[in-house]
Amino acid sequence: MKDIKDLNLPEGLKYDVEHEWIATAAPFRIGVSDFAQDALGDLTYVELPEVGATFAKGDEFGTLESTKSVSPLFLPVAGEITAVNEKLNDDPGLVNSDPYGEGWIVEITPSDAAQLETLMDVAAYRKHLETAGH
Amino acid sequence: MSGNAFKQVGARGLILNEDLLWEKGKKGRSGMSLPESGLPPASLPAELAGTGPDWPDLSEQEVARHYTRLSTWNFGVDTGMYPLGSCTMKYNPKINEAMAALPGFAQAHPLLPAEATQGELRLLHELETYLAEIVGLKAASLQPGAGAHGELCGMLMIAAYHRHHGHRKTKVLLPDTAHGTNPASASMCGFSEVKVPLGPKGFMERSAIEKLMDDDVAGLMVTNPNTLGLFECELAEIIELVHQRGGLVYADGANLNAIMGYADLGKMGVDVVHYNVHKTLSTPHGGGGPGAGPVAVGETLLPYLPGPRVVKNGDRYEWNEDLPLSIGRMHSFYGQFRVLVRAYAYILSMGAELKKASALAVLNANYIKEKLKGTFELPFDQPCMHECVFTDAKQQPYKISTLDIAKGLIDMGFHPPTVFFPLVVSNAIMIEPTETESKEDIDAFIAAMLEIARKAESSPETLTSAPVMTKVRRLDETTAARHPRLTGDMR
Repeated sequence: MKDIKDLNLPEGLKYDVEHEWIATAAPFRIGVSDFAQDALGDLTYVELPEVGATFAKGDEFGTLESTKSVSPLFLPVAGEITAVNEKLNDDPGLVNSDPYGEGWIVEITPSDAAQLETLMDVAAYRKHLETAGH
Repeated sequence: MSGNAFKQVGARGLILNEDLLWEKGKKGRSGMSLPESGLPPASLPAELAGTGPDWPDLSEQEVARHYTRLSTWNFGVDTGMYPLGSCTMKYNPKINEAMAALPGFAQAHPLLPAEATQGELRLLHELETYLAEIVGLKAASLQPGAGAHGELCGMLMIAAYHRHHGHRKTKVLLPDTAHGTNPASASMCGFSEVKVPLGPKGFMERSAIEKLMDDDVAGLMVTNPNTLGLFECELAEIIELVHQRGGLVYADGANLNAIMGYADLGKMGVDVVHYNVHKTLSTPHGGGGPGAGPVAVGETLLPYLPGPRVVKNGDRYEWNEDLPLSIGRMHSFYGQFRVLVRAYAYILSMGAELKKASALAVLNANYIKEKLKGTFELPFDQPCMHECVFTDAKQQPYKISTLDIAKGLIDMGFHPPTVFFPLVVSNAIMIEPTETESKEDIDAFIAAMLEIARKAESSPETLTSAPVMTKVRRLDETTAARHPRLTGDMR
């Protein structure tokens, strides 16, 4: 696994303790962090939600399956799914190779934009990785 | 030999290549010759006539060699130590096979009436009684066809109980350490999952249940010892809390091998438990073959057991179908009968020694834990039950991962332990030696693990390239999962 100092953790995104990231302006794209994709290993399947589904903050909205395990995806803020990344059906490895770009997972319309403020910025997330033992 | 001197167990022999069956044979070849029938030929109905599949034409010898060659590529409990945590890969005594092969059992037809199958019914009845007694519960059903099926059966009974009593319960509590099939079974019964976080000592704490338990909770699914190999020390108090709010408790019996004769699940308050006979009672393991996952219940769930049930009436055994609250059949006929014969044979041949089996399983795991804990990271350093969980944290500085350690063991002649499970431990290596390994074999395994730790420092490339002694080298698991090829090219 990568050392924390070698992780690609972009500025300008918000992160949650379950290692999802979310964009801070529309379109509100969501994916998993470089830490998460590295810990999971090569992904073999991404289970995506239906467009139009609504979830509360912290609800499970899909799963990531790797050669090691199956892990749930949790929505960092409440909202409605407005798009899913269909490319992941054929190429789940995009989450590994480009977790913040081609490997995005869903787009949502947050039901309460103020919830974004409860999430961590990159500095706080890096600190969380260093101290929490994940 | 000193306790942990490394001695290479794995060696290479001549391994023969083998084609797929339909790539072998020759048109017209056959493994048998049928006698002339003497009856006039009759033509088939049109819908049944046609060319049909192109089965391979093979002699008996070709088929025998085919499977014998394939078997030499394999590794099983008859080959060597198989310390696959959470799976209890114990040796399967051959007397079990001899009993299951007795013609009276092997040739019994499932449609025979009760008066012609008294022996079989007696065996089923006695096995149910033994299983219930071993865990301290009231009665058992042998119908479920595998562990996860037993889980489903248990949760269906809990759902039926709540329905019958007019309770509207929607949730099931599941600890972080639960087997992956637990949430699936709960979900198939219409329940949603509420996760119970693991306490700092590696087991559930009463305070966590106090926070989560409410009137919507149908029950708790718990594995004890849990999948970290640790005894759920606060379980009796936890069960009391669940019962107080009208919930029931399903115990996943996957780890029963640690506690036979020591823990009384009835007294602990468990309402239903399943058995993996292939884990605890030495019937052959998996491979897609038949299993059995009997369930035992306490008083509360007794009326909901699957039916029909074998009952003893005087000195006769009969089927009782008059079970108004029963969840009904879980399996055609009477379950996987000849797997159950093996479990029965094991219980009878062990007798009171079943308790010793659990004691030695626990002793062996603790012995391995103590011998390896200085060399491999042990996330929960406390007495374990029948399995112990390490991680690759001490080998990571040399870029050696859990997977490399597992593959390195193959070259040394051992089956790898379970890896990357339980999920609550990052990069877990879960070792379960069982009671059937001798001290010499366990010492050889420990020596192999210590040798791997040395290689991680001195020659990590020998581990990252492992296995090299096997017929095929390290497989590309990612490509296999992303682009599976599940068919052959039939000529």
